[in-house]
Amino acid sequence: MIRKMYDWLDQRLDITPIWRDVADHEVPEHVNPAHHFSAFIYCFGGLTFFVIVIQFLSGMFLSLYYVPDIKHAHASVEYLQNEIAFGSIVRGMHHWGASVAIVMLFLHTLRVFFTGAYKHPREFNWVVGMLLFFVVLGLGFTGYLLPWDNKAYFATKVGIEIAASVPFVGEHIATFLQGGDMVGATTLTRFFALHVFFLPGALLALLGAHFILIRRQGISGPL
Amino acid sequence: MSEEKERQKPRISRRQFLTYTLAGTAGFLGSTMLYPMVRFAVDPMLKKGAASEFVDVAAVDEITTTPKSFQVNVKVVDGWYKPEEGQTLTAWVMKQDNGEILALSPICKHLGCTVTWEGSPEHSNEFFCFCHNGRYTKEGINVPGTPPNAPLDEYETKIENGRLLLGPIKKRGV
Ligand code: HEM
Ligand code: FES
Repeated sequence: MIRKMYDWLDQRLDITPIWRDVADHEVPEHVNPAHHFSAFIYCFGGLTFFVIVIQFLSGMFLSLYYVPDIKHAHASVEYLQNEIAFGSIVRGMHHWGASVAIVMLFLHTLRVFFTGAYKHPREFNWVVGMLLFFVVLGLGFTGYLLPWDNKAYFATKVGIEIAASVPFVGEHIATFLQGGDMVGATTLTRFFALHVFFLPGALLALLGAHFILIRRQGISGPL
Repeated sequence: MSEEKERQKPRISRRQFLTYTLAGTAGFLGSTMLYPMVRFAVDPMLKKGAASEFVDVAAVDEITTTPKSFQVNVKVVDGWYKPEEGQTLTAWVMKQDNGEILALSPICKHLGCTVTWEGSPEHSNEFFCFCHNGRYTKEGINVPGTPPNAPLDEYETKIENGRLLLGPIKKRGV
């Protein structure tokens, strides 16, 4: 039945070559934990991607109930967590997933660094990876304000003060991030827009570039 | 065919076995991930509405045989939004010929606009809905040939110490 449905689609869309191209390639021995257990370090990139998929899904579901408004943001988070079925699970996925994503990303970066995989011809993919790192940190920073509780408010104050300490342009950066001259209503809408539209868009584009480069260049060789 | 051969014949190929186990495991893992999120999204569909209370509206003496509109202030819980001032609903209240009080909801049974008593100069002694010219008799019965296909809903009523109290809105048992 499923086979038939797939064949029907495939006849019209010719998708088999596409997914062959994406998925059907050999895993070299030195990155396969079944051969060398220590090769598990090569899994961190994939795990980062997996967690980011969870962030996308849980974030989309959270935004069914969340409002980015200083009067109601906190109440909406409290409501979705306590009154809606599985609220604490879905919020928990996004809340803990945010930290796990950054930890996985960091471990992945360490692997790339210590296996020397950033060297020619993969230097450009290192740059793409660094951009990904900043985008994910940006998602963490902007998302943290959204529950609009004390922790969120003061963490953002601190983050913006740090940004304001940049020589010459610091004040401008702070005003830009705040969307005004204090952390308030305009900051919350701005962080929300960055968090659910701008940064996820950038994240998808960069992930696309990252993966295309990996397919073109292959995994770097053994040490 | 000998029994020997029959037993050796593979019922399911290695490839099929692997496909089924992998697909089954992936399906299980995927659904434990998706189930909470989907349940979270459809929760409003599965929630029961809160029971509403009776609210004091007017003295019984104020009610005449001509429908008059009264404001009913009810508490609303709209997700995380619980306005302190509540929400104001309208009721068209009249004394019927048999002496009983009838309190009609003004929400049109066609597509939900608001009806008013004698809302059209062309139709006296009727409720009128300006959206698509829906009409109802004084008792709130829809006039055949106009868009509404059911009589107006009514409030449950209660009289205590000469005051009229209105409760939840219910369909007419006609
Ligand atoms: C790697 C990607 C992401 C990271 C690291 C991240 C991080 C965060 C963090 C730290 C919070 C605060 C959560 C809390 O303290 O409970 C948050 C909240 C939120 N995020 Fe994300 N996020 C990511 C992707 C997304 C995406 C793609 C969307 C939607 C399209 C999204 C929508 C939301 C919403 C609506 C909230 C507010 C709800 C709440 O505070 O519980 N997030 N995010
Ligand atoms: S909504 Fe009242 S007539 Fe259509």
